[in-house]
Amino acid sequence: MGKGAVLEVKNNDPFETLRVFFQDLLEKNVVDALLIPKKLPAGDGYCQTLIRDSEVLSGVNPMAPTLPVQSARLISHLTVTDPGCKVGAVVKSCELRAVIELVKFLQVKLDPLILIGVDCLGTYEPSDYAKMSREGGEGISITGELLKGAQDGKIKPQDGYDLRRACQICEYPSPENADIIIGLFGYDPQKEILIQLRGPLADELAQKGILATTEQGSSSRNQVIERLTEERIKKRDEVFEAFRSETKNLQDLMNALSTCIRCHNCMVACPICYCKECVFRTPTLEHKADQFIRWADRKGGVRMPIDTLLFHLIRLSHMVTSCIGCGLCDSACPNDLPVATLFRAVGQKVQAMLDYTPGKSVDEEPPVATFREDELQGESGAL
Amino acid sequence: MEDFEPRIIAFLCHWCTYTGADLAGTTRQQYPPNIRIIHMMCSGAVDSIYILKALIDGADGVLIGGCHPGDCHYQTGNYKARRRIAILKEILNQVGFSEDRIWLRWISASEGKLFADTVTHMVEELKKLGPNPMKKLWLA
Repeated sequence: MGKGAVLEVKNNDPFETLRVFFQDLLEKNVVDALLIPKKLPAGDGYCQTLIRDSEVLSGVNPMAPTLPVQSARLISHLTVTDPGCKVGAVVKSCELRAVIELVKFLQVKLDPLILIGVDCLGTYEPSDYAKMSREGGEGISITGELLKGAQDGKIKPQDGYDLRRACQICEYPSPENADIIIGLFGYDPQKEILIQLRGPLADELAQKGILATTEQGSSSRNQVIERLTEERIKKRDEVFEAFRSETKNLQDLMNALSTCIRCHNCMVACPICYCKECVFRTPTLEHKADQFIRWADRKGGVRMPIDTLLFHLIRLSHMVTSCIGCGLCDSACPNDLPVATLFRAVGQKVQAMLDYTPGKSVDEEPPVATFREDELQGESGAL
Repeated sequence: MEDFEPRIIAFLCHWCTYTGADLAGTTRQQYPPNIRIIHMMCSGAVDSIYILKALIDGADGVLIGGCHPGDCHYQTGNYKARRRIAILKEILNQVGFSEDRIWLRWISASEGKLFADTVTHMVEELKKLGPNPMKKLWLA
């Protein structure tokens, strides 16, 4: 469980209570800069905002149920070179797990970073969220509706909308490895919010008079998280089973991917695909005209642009071991291909083969960067 | 299917298997001419993209040859190749493509006969497996 405190929510306004908490963190120099979702001036969207001046904190919503950009990428920009100060980053569980993977690929440095994880109520597709806010829900009321499900873990999306497919099957509602966890599950967020702290932060926050920290542990909170996780796993397994029965062979997979326009959006949205230069954007895969003719000649005809199946299979082989299942590839796909389901379903098997859970711990080496002398004889077929 | 001659693309490491293939030639070992060899510096340099591109374009089999475990000229390239190929095979398993078309073999510079035998055996097995279905898939 660890140390922490239960924040008393004033005026039934969890947003304001958390804003004051973040104000304390900034003003008392627990963090020198804070990356946090903040309401956009136009419309009701949120975007991650890097805040130095606590005055700019108005309109922040750490629980915003929308994820336009994976913060792990932003955190990479903020830490891969020395920011010269402590950066706090408010993240959801999937973002935290992506950060952990990027640490292992040397794309994020933990030293200047304080990770503030928020229990995740799930997120809507960005397009759905925009529509919902146009229909009249203010950003906070959309969040508020979801918050009602925090206490018992029965999260109900707004009528006529669903959470993102990836969120519906996410087994990690709570950001377990964060330095500071903002706990919503098991509490009535109109009244109480749990702040859990790791390591020396508990003492630091107590000394600076931000929180009176004590040992915290709530069995009802654990039960809510456990039940939610179980439900999600059940749903996940159903989704995987359906996907596997629909893609039994390569022809099925190609049919499923047949509307791919090779826009590379899935790659751009993916927090794990971090290469500065991707082979799919190099001259290696630019071909001369007569080469296309020869390929068409050999097969009778080839789909143009070519290499679509190659693109998806190579992306799988390069990073499926580290896929943390945020599903932003799905959200970024203009043609609604089941990219995330493909990655998660295949990933489940590959990760199991390598006994690896991405996003679990910075101490585990990513499978593509290491090896053991005696392993995988059968799986590789090596003789 | 009697007259089906499989086409094999082989990625052979410079220090062991490629030299082993050379020895097979200089010692007049006989093996079927179904193989097209691509000279690599190390089996660890064989990215999955080379293997997949060959298979999608219609190669019936891909052979990756490297030094025996512990003997890699670059210390650990073959171990990395083994991981990469295990991952690739599992992915292909999941999407219903026969992993039996990908062979990873450790053949040293002195094992010319083993190289010839491996190619002979691979051709036999691929004949049983039949042509690569990707050969005719225009959508791939």
